[in-house]
Amino acid sequence: MRLDRRTLCGLALTLLTAAAAAQGLGDLGLIVERNSGAVLVVDTDPPAVLARIEGLGDLSHATAVFSPDMRHAFVFARDGGLSKLDLLERRLVKRIVQAGNSIGGAISEDGRLLAVANYEPGGVNLFTTDTLEAVGEIPAVDGQGRRSKVVGLEDAPGNRFVYSLFEAGEIRLLDAATRPPRVVGRHPAGRQPYDGLVTPDGRYYLAGLFGEDGVDVLDLWNPEKGLRRVLPEYGRGERRLPVYKMPHLEGWAEAGGRLFLPGVGRHELFVVDRRDFSVVARVPLHGQPVFAVAQPDGRRVWVNFAPPHNDTVQVVDAESLETIATLKPGKGVLHMEFTPRGGRVWLSVRDENRVRIYDTQRLEAVGELPAREPSGIFFTARAHRIGL
Amino acid sequence: MAAPDAARRAELEGLLRNDCGACHGGRLHGGLGPALTPAALAGRDPAALAATILAGRPGTPMPPWRGLLSEEDARWLAERLIMGERNDAP
Ligand code: HEC
Repeated sequence: MRLDRRTLCGLALTLLTAAAAAQGLGDLGLIVERNSGAVLVVDTDPPAVLARIEGLGDLSHATAVFSPDMRHAFVFARDGGLSKLDLLERRLVKRIVQAGNSIGGAISEDGRLLAVANYEPGGVNLFTTDTLEAVGEIPAVDGQGRRSKVVGLEDAPGNRFVYSLFEAGEIRLLDAATRPPRVVGRHPAGRQPYDGLVTPDGRYYLAGLFGEDGVDVLDLWNPEKGLRRVLPEYGRGERRLPVYKMPHLEGWAEAGGRLFLPGVGRHELFVVDRRDFSVVARVPLHGQPVFAVAQPDGRRVWVNFAPPHNDTVQVVDAESLETIATLKPGKGVLHMEFTPRGGRVWLSVRDENRVRIYDTQRLEAVGELPAREPSGIFFTARAHRIGL
Repeated sequence: MAAPDAARRAELEGLLRNDCGACHGGRLHGGLGPALTPAALAGRDPAALAATILAGRPGTPMPPWRGLLSEEDARWLAERLIMGERNDAP
């Protein structure tokens, strides 16, 4: 056989594809470059940037979810963009703009549907994961016909989605197992729910309230029983403390039978008994917390902060409730993501254009990767967790 | 009233994109808070917007930035929002 140049190129390509195809996906991830409309495809072991994928729109506050086989990532952009990426081939498969302004999304339990939470126009849009074809548009309209922003959209067991209506103060449950998907529960909630989470076991949906104190809980095993208001001491309090960055509930830490919640406007971490939602303790912190996330082993809780304290990360021991470290990774620490077994945590340090990697035992920086104004970091292990 | 100097203006640009952007969108096209683009703010009074920035809007998530921002900072931000980018000539 004569090997001309074309055949050789073809051969090289085949080999490259084969090499790519031999890559495992379980230790990959994405880093969002919030102001460049790009994401980095990264390997966590050893840490490396594998590819940069551009053209994804306004990625401030962008989030990502993964297909159950971890091969595909779906990125929800602020400008309503929804992108499907192939992590194996490291390329953009498809991008659509599905609304004017959106805030995040979730993937169904079976991996077949994506739900996107939209601000403008307020509602939930549903798409198939294989082709991003629209399969449902569910407006968030209240009894008076007013449209609300949708926040705190999460996946729930049984191919359901659950979300909150900011203006209307409502929590809704959507059954995505039926065609078309339909709303199967509407629960009047407190004023201005601003974010929600599903507990890692998939049992409860918790909505934080901005307009009053307390947390609304929906038992996803028994949704017909309605909401329960818990944690009356959780919120901005009488003085209506200003909040410079909305705390995130997703990733609310759960460890040793306790939940760890970032205080709203307060320099405190709330420690809550998981069974009866009573407050066990309040741990004083360095600033207004944004994320409080537990290491996968539940041993420690890592907290980052709103400006002007966003150069700091504190580590709280889940057992003694002592703050065991106050780290200064650099200005603009926006997000923290643990490797699946928890040995490392990756911190995006926006203003220093890098992601720093810490050893969670030694509490020391052990590496870094360059990234332009990095924000969210998402590892593929999320594919197999409920409510992420 | 002393306008913020170049270094401070760069900081304020960062604040706008990042911290205000958390609620108003990275490109200020809106989010939990309304759009703050020149089109959205056409004809608005910079003094009134500066006052909103400093005092916030009670009952909404818009926080008061007094304490983190000076009167001059707020005024510069308000004008910068109304006029759009590159309003940074001294
Ligand atoms: C925690 C969320 C949040 C943050 C952070 C935030 N805003 Fe707002 N902002 C809002 C909301 C919500 C409104 C609308 C309030 C209302 O309904 O009247 C608003 C309103 C405003 C308005 C009035 C707009 C109008 O059309 O009247 C201005 C100006 C403004 N914000 C500027 C800023 C600036 C500048 C920053 C950063 C220094 C900032 N905001 C940060 C939530 C936020």
